[in-house]
Amino acid sequence: MTGYIVKRLFAAIPVLVGLSIIVFLIMAAIPGDPATAILGAFATPENVARINQQLGLDKPLWDQYFIWVGNLLHGDFGRSYILNRPVLDEILERFSATLILAGTSLVICSFLGLLAGIVSAVRQFTWVDRVVTFFVLIGISMPSFFLGLLMIIVFAVQWRLLPPSGMFAAYGGGDLPDLLRHLVLPAATLSVVATGVIARLTRASMLEVLRQDYVRTARAKGLDERTVIYKHAFKAALVSVVPVIGIQAGFVLGGAVYIETVFQWPGIGAMLVKAISTRDILLVQGGVLVVAAAYVFFNLLADVAQSLLDPRLKT
Amino acid sequence: MEKAIEVTNLVKTFGGKRTLFGGRTHEVQAVRNVTLALEQGETLAIVGESGSGKSTLARMVVGLEAPTSGEMKIAGRAWHDLAADGVRAFGNMIQYVFQDPVASLNPRKTIGQTLDAPLRLLKGYDDAKRKSRMKDLFDAVQMPADTHQRYPHEFSGGQAQRIAIARALAAEPRIMVLDEPVSALDVSVQAQVLVLLEDLKKEFDLSYLFISHDLAVVESISDRVAVMYFGEVVELGSAEQLFSAPEHDYTKRLISSAPRL
Amino acid sequence: MSGSATMKRVEVIKESRRPTAWQLLMNNTLAAIGFYLICAVILVAVAAPLLPIPNPDATSLAERFLPFGSPGHLLGTDHLGRDVLARLIWGTQVSLLVGISASVIAAFFGSAIGLVSGYAGGRTDNLMMRGIDMLMAFPYILLALAIVAVLGPGLMNALYAISVVNIPFFARNIRGITIGLSHREFVDAARLSGKGHLSIILTEILPNVLPVIVITMSTTVGWMILETAGLSFLGLGAQPPQADLGSMLGEARTQMFTHPFVATAPGLMVFIIVMSINLLGDGVRDALDPRLRAGALSRPRAVTRIERRDTPTAQPAGGAALNVVELETSFEGTKGPEPAVKGVSFSLSKGECLGLIGESGSGKSVTALSLLGLVASPPGIITGGRVDIDGEDILSMPETKITSYRGGKVAYVFQDPLTTLHPLFTIGDQVAEAIRVHQPVSQTEARAKAVELFKAVRLPDPEQRSSAYPHELSGGQRQRVGIAMALANDPDIIIADEPTTALDVTVQAEILRLLQVLREERGLALLFITHDFGVVAQICDKVAVMRYGKIVEAGATSEVLRNPQHDYTKRLIACVPKPGQGRAFLEGVRALLDREARGRA
Repeated sequence: MTGYIVKRLFAAIPVLVGLSIIVFLIMAAIPGDPATAILGAFATPENVARINQQLGLDKPLWDQYFIWVGNLLHGDFGRSYILNRPVLDEILERFSATLILAGTSLVICSFLGLLAGIVSAVRQFTWVDRVVTFFVLIGISMPSFFLGLLMIIVFAVQWRLLPPSGMFAAYGGGDLPDLLRHLVLPAATLSVVATGVIARLTRASMLEVLRQDYVRTARAKGLDERTVIYKHAFKAALVSVVPVIGIQAGFVLGGAVYIETVFQWPGIGAMLVKAISTRDILLVQGGVLVVAAAYVFFNLLADVAQSLLDPRLKT
Repeated sequence: MEKAIEVTNLVKTFGGKRTLFGGRTHEVQAVRNVTLALEQGETLAIVGESGSGKSTLARMVVGLEAPTSGEMKIAGRAWHDLAADGVRAFGNMIQYVFQDPVASLNPRKTIGQTLDAPLRLLKGYDDAKRKSRMKDLFDAVQMPADTHQRYPHEFSGGQAQRIAIARALAAEPRIMVLDEPVSALDVSVQAQVLVLLEDLKKEFDLSYLFISHDLAVVESISDRVAVMYFGEVVELGSAEQLFSAPEHDYTKRLISSAPRL
Repeated sequence: MSGSATMKRVEVIKESRRPTAWQLLMNNTLAAIGFYLICAVILVAVAAPLLPIPNPDATSLAERFLPFGSPGHLLGTDHLGRDVLARLIWGTQVSLLVGISASVIAAFFGSAIGLVSGYAGGRTDNLMMRGIDMLMAFPYILLALAIVAVLGPGLMNALYAISVVNIPFFARNIRGITIGLSHREFVDAARLSGKGHLSIILTEILPNVLPVIVITMSTTVGWMILETAGLSFLGLGAQPPQADLGSMLGEARTQMFTHPFVATAPGLMVFIIVMSINLLGDGVRDALDPRLRAGALSRPRAVTRIERRDTPTAQPAGGAALNVVELETSFEGTKGPEPAVKGVSFSLSKGECLGLIGESGSGKSVTALSLLGLVASPPGIITGGRVDIDGEDILSMPETKITSYRGGKVAYVFQDPLTTLHPLFTIGDQVAEAIRVHQPVSQTEARAKAVELFKAVRLPDPEQRSSAYPHELSGGQRQRVGIAMALANDPDIIIADEPTTALDVTVQAEILRLLQVLREERGLALLFITHDFGVVAQICDKVAVMRYGKIVEAGATSEVLRNPQHDYTKRLIACVPKPGQGRAFLEGVRALLDREARGRA
């Protein structure tokens, strides 16, 4: 098992290298001249050249890439000239907020999605199944940014149950209960779509698995229906659901862009949107890279979990 | 007279490639140093169990797979010359009938469309000629003339195999490789298809390379038999001799294992 | 004459009865709702220039935030006094156009990549898929953001970004299907028919992949509309004054607390569009996927549905371990239940082996599975007859009691041991589980007993093997495990459904020997389902020949084989080549076929 994990970890390295190349190239392709962006339109040619040299922009692309990666490995993500602080500091601060939000949503959607999927598969064609199917349909069809707005209008503005935005109250907050109160609405909104996707897939794979020959064998052994469904069928269905939970990590991390904007959650998504409009290239570069790396990590976890379930994958 | 198929020291290895980290993937020798020949007008059976390499051998002979080493000649022409001309060059001389008749017909094309390809591409016939040839082919395999406008799913396994045989015959080959042509069929249908194959062989003067795992079927149709075991030909001889006095241990085991009435 | 005419008409009706994909789609209420809804939306959006609505971009500061239902402004106005209805309709047009274009672009490039990659295989495939993997290593929306960051905000750029982001999805899906298809025999056959690679991709593979492309498009176009709206919402898509639904929502967000309605209208519109597309997409998928069409995706019950019209009275058991009377099993069809087993009766005494032989479609396996209600239901229904074990009718028992017979008094051995053993549990656990269902023993004891059973079925190295998974064993070893599981609770009866069909001859011989030995040692009654007369001759005392759901002939094996009475049996036996018969076999068959042809004429 450890061998397998190590193997997977090594296999992730080329992916990370690929990611860094793509991110680097994307940012290198951005039109406009960073020096002008920093110095303004009235910069003298000497100053532009000086900045370019400082940033290493006068070197060939490959050298620039290696310098950039070398700096990354030393924890130097560059400096955001607009925020006037090191990119890494900003990203770390923002990323922890995003992780709290995305992590909570991922837990919620995995749990609710699996539960709803199983229940509606087991109680297929009953009212429970119909209700679940209905909510799943609404969930996957609802734009999350619109749902977020509705949530704010209903729960924060009309009923005044929960705070409409931010991560902590402006005054007197900062403790865990305060964080949780602020977390409820964005986390709930963010997990709706993923819950729908997982529930759907769980239902479909349960129904598929229940038709397999080995489930018939389980029945032929004389097992009761509970064991057949919750042990034999569920474990097999989980094998195909787990990688999708990994993919949902990507949707949740990405979807945080909208949710953080709507709820003014101080995460990396909202930061990226702002950085793109202010053309803060280094910040975008760093932010995209960190989120993508986190996604690679989540997928790795899903892979390992899947191989724990399915012995056929270990070879 | 030149031989229909001549195979000399043929080897096929799967896997064994270098991986990213310098290791090698698992290597499987599917065919090991096989030498045999199919005479003109003969039926040579290749018998073996799963994993014996018999299908790999058959696929190499028709150019669907490339050998790792060794020589092959098809109707006197070197395999590598044919391969240089593309699979089309093979198609004109040698055709293949697959085990699963339904899978060997494209489910989204009518039988007519499927049969049209060899007549047009390999034979270069014009419209009228293609139409009349198609009718002849359906006659030859005892299928009704309206078969051409139907889809594969409308036929039973036995009918589909007749159609697949017609498709192979369309290229007017002199040699046919039959890869377990009756294994997927019910017994009664199986016997009919065997009789059909026997008749076609006489009518079109064909040579058969007949791949099978079923000894009784092989005995009923073949002139000579080669027994394959883990990629090697362990015994080769005339059908009567091999079945009445097997020499190799594996052949003996195979014959004694076959259930008999 | 009139007879054949009626026949023809019946056939024609049958043909037209088979619903087309379109009929299937429209029969699905939800899909039909989705279809009409999205059609209505598209119609209104396309007709925007013709509709009597104000200029969507005409601002009028005097008329800001007019409420819902104001004269001239049916849905009110926004913060610049623009008509919300007009903006909604024009915005819908833009959103639909962008979303659909994005999905067409993504489908085209993604499918092309998938087709080439899947068909070419090897290095090309590897290279292309590594690239696709790289794109997929980014969270979906993040990649779109990065692309917009490069290209700059704007509607067209958002369209490109969303298309690029969705290409991997199509490429992966289509590649998977293509790989499966390009290893199919019909592709090899096409190559031997003289077709080139391009021609094979376009004329052999593409037609088979097309439904998948359509399904994938119909299930992703909703997403793409949603995502483009999302980018616009963030201010990275449509730029003012041009508006799509997303940017309308984005602009209205700032006045959300005071004038929530302005934001609600575009939000609801996106929701309606996406939902109707999703409904339609699900319908399209169901209609084009033949697996779903067969109703395979409904959950089978624990026990086959039993709806017997009448129950034959019990017959004197006479020492029979198993007595089947007039068993009838049907499958739900479009025109009500269609019987597959039509009144089958037989009995099996203790220590006896009965062979049930027949060709495909004869109903032999359905018969075997019906005995303990293991026919998948739906679509299976047991519509008649009784199954007596020790004089008690199984089919009258409550579900829990039937379950207790399974694996206890009566055990099954199935055909393909690779698919019939659970791939995710070790073989030791699977056998131990079978023991613990029926016997009050601890897990350790059960495991120990499982090892004993593995020894009994001569599985090599039983202690170690018991913690192996099915895929780590050979076919013959797996079937030994299957037999060990059947023996777990010392059953009286074993029902073996083609247990050696998936195995090589030499392995088959070993398994048959094993079954024979076990039967003698343990006094088992064996019901042996097969299509092979040779196997029957080797191990069965009695044989029943099935055809079209009925037993046409039954008797002692030697008797039936030597002197078959029914024409069908005669024919079947004549069609089995016998060792030593040589070429005489085909002569015999030819004579038989000629006789039959003359008989028909």
